[in-house]
Parts: sequence; C-alpha cells; structure tokens
Amino acid sequence: MEEIYRELVKIVGERFVSNQPEERFLYSRDPGTMEPHAPDWVVMPNTTEEVQKIVRLANRQKIPLVPMGGGLVLSGLSRPLQGGMVLDMKRMNRILEVNEASSYVVVEAGASQGMLQAYLKKHHPRLKHSIPDAPPIATIGGNVLIHGSGHLSAAGGFHSEMLNGLEVVLPTGEVARIGSCSASPYWFSRSPLPDLAGLFLGWHGTTGVVTKLAIKLFPARPWNDVGIFVIEDPELAPDIIRRLARVQVAEDILAWMSPKPDWAKGFQMINIAYGAETKAELTLKRDLIRESVRPYLERKVGGFMPLPPDMKVRFLEAPQSTLAVFADVNKGGGFEYVGAIMPVELFAPAFRKGLEIAESRKVPYSLGARIVGLAHCMMFFYAYAFNRADQADVRRAQTALEDTNAMVLEMGGIPWKAETPAQKQIIKKMDPNTFALMNRLRAVLDPQGIMNPGNWEA
Amino acid sequence: MEHAEILHRCFRCGYCKLPGSYQDLNCPSYLQYRFETYSPGGRMWLLRAWLDEEIPTSARLQEILFSCTACGNCVEHCVFPKFKADVLNAITAGRGELVNEGSVPRRVSDFFKAIHLYGNPYKLPEADRGAWAKGLGLEPYRGQEYLFFAGCAGSYDERGRKMARAVAGLLQDRGVSFGILGALERCDGNEVRAMGEAGLFEEIARHNIAKFLDAGVVKIITLSPHAYHAIRNYYPRFNGIFQVLHYSQVLARMMSKGKDQGADTPLTVTFHDPCYLGRHNQDYLTPRMVLAALPGVELAEMDRARVDALCCGGGGGNFFTDLLGSGPDSSSRVRVREAAATGAQVLAVACPKCAKMLEDAVKAEALESALRVMDLAELVQARSV
Repeated sequence: MEEIYRELVKIVGERFVSNQPEERFLYSRDPGTMEPHAPDWVVMPNTTEEVQKIVRLANRQKIPLVPMGGGLVLSGLSRPLQGGMVLDMKRMNRILEVNEASSYVVVEAGASQGMLQAYLKKHHPRLKHSIPDAPPIATIGGNVLIHGSGHLSAAGGFHSEMLNGLEVVLPTGEVARIGSCSASPYWFSRSPLPDLAGLFLGWHGTTGVVTKLAIKLFPARPWNDVGIFVIEDPELAPDIIRRLARVQVAEDILAWMSPKPDWAKGFQMINIAYGAETKAELTLKRDLIRESVRPYLERKVGGFMPLPPDMKVRFLEAPQSTLAVFADVNKGGGFEYVGAIMPVELFAPAFRKGLEIAESRKVPYSLGARIVGLAHCMMFFYAYAFNRADQADVRRAQTALEDTNAMVLEMGGIPWKAETPAQKQIIKKMDPNTFALMNRLRAVLDPQGIMNPGNWEA
Repeated sequence: MEHAEILHRCFRCGYCKLPGSYQDLNCPSYLQYRFETYSPGGRMWLLRAWLDEEIPTSARLQEILFSCTACGNCVEHCVFPKFKADVLNAITAGRGELVNEGSVPRRVSDFFKAIHLYGNPYKLPEADRGAWAKGLGLEPYRGQEYLFFAGCAGSYDERGRKMARAVAGLLQDRGVSFGILGALERCDGNEVRAMGEAGLFEEIARHNIAKFLDAGVVKIITLSPHAYHAIRNYYPRFNGIFQVLHYSQVLARMMSKGKDQGADTPLTVTFHDPCYLGRHNQDYLTPRMVLAALPGVELAEMDRARVDALCCGGGGGNFFTDLLGSGPDSSSRVRVREAAATGAQVLAVACPKCAKMLEDAVKAEALESALRVMDLAELVQARSV
C-alpha cells in the first residue's frame, strides 16, 4: 500500500494524493442514500499524461480505479465499491478552445458547468451551453458521460447528443481521440466516422477516463421569457407537451408536480422557456406557444399562469439554485431521485405511480419531467428527501427509490445513472445479447477489470 | 458542539465553493488543496463524522479545519436560507472543540501562546507597540473624539505600520480629533475568536473594553477590518458598546464634499474588498466612495468584487499560521493575477493583512512593474496636494 502511495506521489505530487482517513471518509459516499465504500487512495491528476501514468500503475498493480467529476450524481456511481483509487478530475478544469464559427467548446473533463457558463458570458456572450439543474460545481464531463439533460434539451436533446468528440485514456493507458478531432484539428462533430463515443457514454467510468471533450454551443439570446402552462389532469400532459415541443420554439420544457409551494399542489405545471433576438420575435414565439395549446385553453382544462417578474427570473435561472434546497425540506440534508428516461406517452402513469410510492412510503417528494428533443422522450424524475441523521428515514427513501426503479422498468422506462442495484434490475430486463456484447467490449477495453468494478455487472 | 445540529443538513451541493458568477473557485482552502475535504461542505461532513467518532482526531483534520480563512464566501453563497448564517459558525465551533481538546496544529498553539505571553502574535514586547507612531507627533488618547486602534498588524508588521502611519497622518492632516493607546493597546482578538479560542477571546475583549471605558472612549477608528469586526460585533456581548468605524468610513466622510484636491493624472485602480469589511459587515460602497472622490482615478473592478471577492488568504488566523500555504493556487496569488488582468496600475486595499498578503503575492507573481499594492490612505495621500 505504501509503495502505491509513493508511486502516486511521484506522478501527481504529494499535495494531490491522500490515503488519510478524512479523504477516505468523504470520497466513500455522495449526498445520496447509497452506503459508503472507502477508497484506499484519492488522487487528483492535472494532465492527461498524469492520468495515463495512474491508469498504467493501476493496471500493473490490478487496483480498481474510479473516475469522479463533481461527485454529485447522487446514485453513488463514484463510490469505489472494491476500494482502490478515486480519481478526482476537478484539477483538470481548463477551457481549452471556443470555436465561435462552428459553435463548440473544448474543455477538460473536470471543468465545471458554472465555470463554462461564466466564461461564455464574459468572452462569448452570444453563445451558451446546455446547463443541467445540477449545482454549478458539477462537471461538464460527468454530465455528458451519464447522458444528462438540461436547459437546452428541448432544442438539442441529451447532453451526450451535444458531444462533438472526446479524448480518453483507455483502461490500458493509451490515449484515444474520438470524433472529428481524431482526424482533424477541429472538434466539430462525431460524424461521419464510426461513432466510438458510445464506448464511453453511459458506462459509468467502466471503459476509460475521459480527459477532454467538445460540446455544442447554442445562441444566447438577449430576450428571454418563460411561461407556465397549468393542468390538473396528467392524462392531458403528453399531448400538450408534444404540441408545445413541436412548435420548435422552446429551449427547455420542464414539467413539475410538487406539494410545495401550496399553490402548486395537485396541479401539473409545465414550464416553457424560450429566447429571441428581438422583443418582436419573443412576442411571436409566445403567441406560437399559446396557439399550440389553444384547444386546451378553449376547453378551459389548462391555462397559462400569470407570472410576476421576480418569479420569471427565478424560473429562468440556470441552474435553478432553489432545487438543492429540497434537501432541507425536513431539516434532513438529503435527497436522491430516480431519473427515468421514458416515452412522453407514459407521463400519466409515471406521475400517478410515483405519487402512490411517495405517499405509501411517506417520503417528502417532488416529481417532474424534463422533455428531451421535440418530445422524443423525457427524463421523469422522482425526488425523495430524507434526513441524513436518521437511518430509518434514509432507509425509507432508499425503499421508495427501489420501488420507483422497479416501477419505471415495469412501465417500460429505464432508470438514468442508476444505482448499482438498479443497474442489476436493468440488466435483468436487457436483451441477453446486449449485455453479452457489453461484457465483451469491456473485456477487450479493460482486460484487468480495473475500471469502476461493481458497475454494470449482473 | 455548538451548531452541531446543522452539520447533517449540508447537502454538499458546492455553491459555497463559488462566487455568484460561478466563474472560478472562491473558497481559498478548496482553491488551494482541491480535495473535497477542504471545502465548507467537506468540513461540515467531517465534523459530523468526527463528533460521531467515525474518524479520529488527526493532524490532517486539524489542518483541514484551521486552513479555513473564515472569509464568509460560504455563508454568502450557501443556498440553504434556514441555516446558511451558521455555516462558518459551525466551522469555528469545530475549531473550538479541537482547542478544548488541546488538539490544534503547532502553529495555532504557538499563536495562542504568543497572545497569552506577549499580547500579540509577533512575540514582540508590548512596550514597542506604539513605535509605529514614532515621529508623527500623535497624542495619547485623552478624551479626543476618536480612539485610533492600530491593532497588532498596524503596530508590529512592517507593511501594517506603514499603513497605520498613512492613516494616522491623514487623519491628522484633516484635523480629525483622535488619540492612540500606544503601548497600552492590546490585540483585538478577532483571529483568536475565529480560531475557536472563545475563552481567550473573552478575556481579551473584556480587557480591552475595560481599558476603553476607563479611558472614556466612545468612538473608535480601526485600521484593520478584523478589529472593526470584533469590536463592532462581538464586544457588545461583553457590554462593550462603542461607535466603531473603519478608517475608510472616516476617509469617505472627509471626502464627501466632492472630488479631493490634488494630482489628477489618470490612474487606473482596482479595489480588493476585505472580507471583514465586505462580506462580514456588508460595506462595499465606502471604499469605492473614497476612490471616486480622488481626481483622475478610474476604478476597474475585478470580476470577483464585493460579495464575490476572493479572500487574500489571510483571514481566520492564516495570516499568522499560514496553514493555507503558498504556491500558484494560493488565493493571494490568484487574486493579484485577477487584479493585473483588469489593467489597473494600483491594487487598492483597506486592510493591513490584505496589504501584506497581496504585496507578497505581487512579488511571487513578478508583477511589481505592473501592479502596486496601495492602501486607501496611501492612495489618498499620494493624490493629495
């Protein structure tokens, strides 16, 4: 153990390696409900070359290696289930290139969402990236690699679909570039080459350590607005969402259903955020959105909620800082959610069953759905708060999450960034040949089985 | 432990690590060390684990707790309205637990010992305390309108003394009625308090309060925002109620009649908000009013200013204990690079600790030819006829 520590010190310097109880404690857990697993070492590389050396060391010594971004996934994916090293990537946080003409940015994998947002606002104010509602310290790399979504997902799909290319240290230590950057100085696209990015997206760090990536940028419009369409029958939601999305005006469509604040209880609120170059264009877009749901307005089964300016500002905030506050709903400090990727047509049962689980398990809840693409699918979230200081309450939330994962799979959805038990549930439902292919690919890429072991295993 | 009931309520969302713009890391110890353990949320979780005996008392834990600069960025940017005000108080209380256990880093115990033995952290004779005023012809305090409180840095630190002389000289020139305690002055105790030594702080505060009251002090001008904070916000707990002003607030009053007379050659200045004037006491305007009153001075704000200012790294006792350490990621060096990026010729400060920390950082960054650190009073003097 001591020899490994010394080797790591040689690679990254003494300041950036720890085998101390404090780091072993903190990096054994995330803010969610999953039980802790302590690493033997926490290492913070600063360059791709350092990552390579660490990976080669891990290979030689057959030591598990778990890459970590912001550590905010909540489902415990960066806990080292079999000990070994946690690779905290946040020192690699440089913004390397912004290509205004082709609307992309190249960043190191540990660059934070907030840092990029601020950088673009200052240096490229006409461009923005799709920011998730995770706190701004969350990393761009981490969110793309888990197939995240965010404030431009109605316009641009999953964040993994906004990925133009990446640099990855393979589990055997070689560096590979994926996408146009593998054959060109530009990071403009993953097409037209064989799309090897799929070897690293959604794999929870089991196939390599991504060190750089390029993502698409979108216009940052000077005029922005948000409307909230309110209904009280979830059966109406799929058609309304489809109509709102197909106008192709919204940047973000987010439904939310929560017992708090009081005025929202019992309703389904659908936020539609959009931007424009001029006031006239904004007005036109607002009219188009209204027109799209006219039949529901006429039937008086839905309507736009009048929003005071301060509330609009809050709903346009990206990320929404108030979301984290859900953790303190019962002075408990914790929440976790199942994010279920599923077809929009399942909105009503997804909502009803989620409500049943939350009420039967007596957990404080918040439900909602971020629409991806032109209502091509949604990330339906079931967030449950818990009291970190009360193990029975944590267990209650865990049970609600387990029930929800099972319910989602039963309905035909798939839990996103699933906890390891939920991964096993997914594998059970999965075509055996698909899982066999995953294992074959993994064996080829990671012959020593060092990369985040315990994930995507039956 | 006081505030233990909020430790588990921290979600570790990380807003506390950032400024409001999210542009870069704004927690000095997290910026420097990068381990999650050195972030405010990390400290909260570690403290809980330590109280629950999940982790032992260790040198590492001590370093983690005492490297906090108490800058208040975490309090400012925490998104949990129901307990954010006590985030820093919890960390201070945690330090207090370690102090009570006698488990503090050597540099911290040396600091406390120096205060006990010498009444100052420099281990210099109390008799030398008033030496900074030599040759200025300042009067001892004898019932003048104000007591000018130089504090330890203003009395013993070379950079601080220069600043104390500039401030006192300016007050003298402008006819402000004030006196000093000289050798009778004692440490204000702010760093002692921030390092969790509540008992020693109370002793210091009571001593100073008695001294002030005996002398008939009603109004106090402090050189340091640290002293301003302690006397203004903590001395009242021991019945020490005084009208406390930071010297920038007196300068602003003196200059409120319009543009000051003097040199008007163009000068671009950026201002570094001291944490104990800014975030801890919400005064962001006064120093800027002083700068605005100077002819020819143009203020170029840093990206991180006011509530978002990056601490110089000298707070929470680190000016003396330096548990934060040095290097390119030390907040003082990051801060002067940020100041230089504004194109300013002068980095204006209003705190002797900031002055020293940032001046050293300018040297470390080899920015001496581009950027000069000047305190507000020095700047006013230089621009006056």
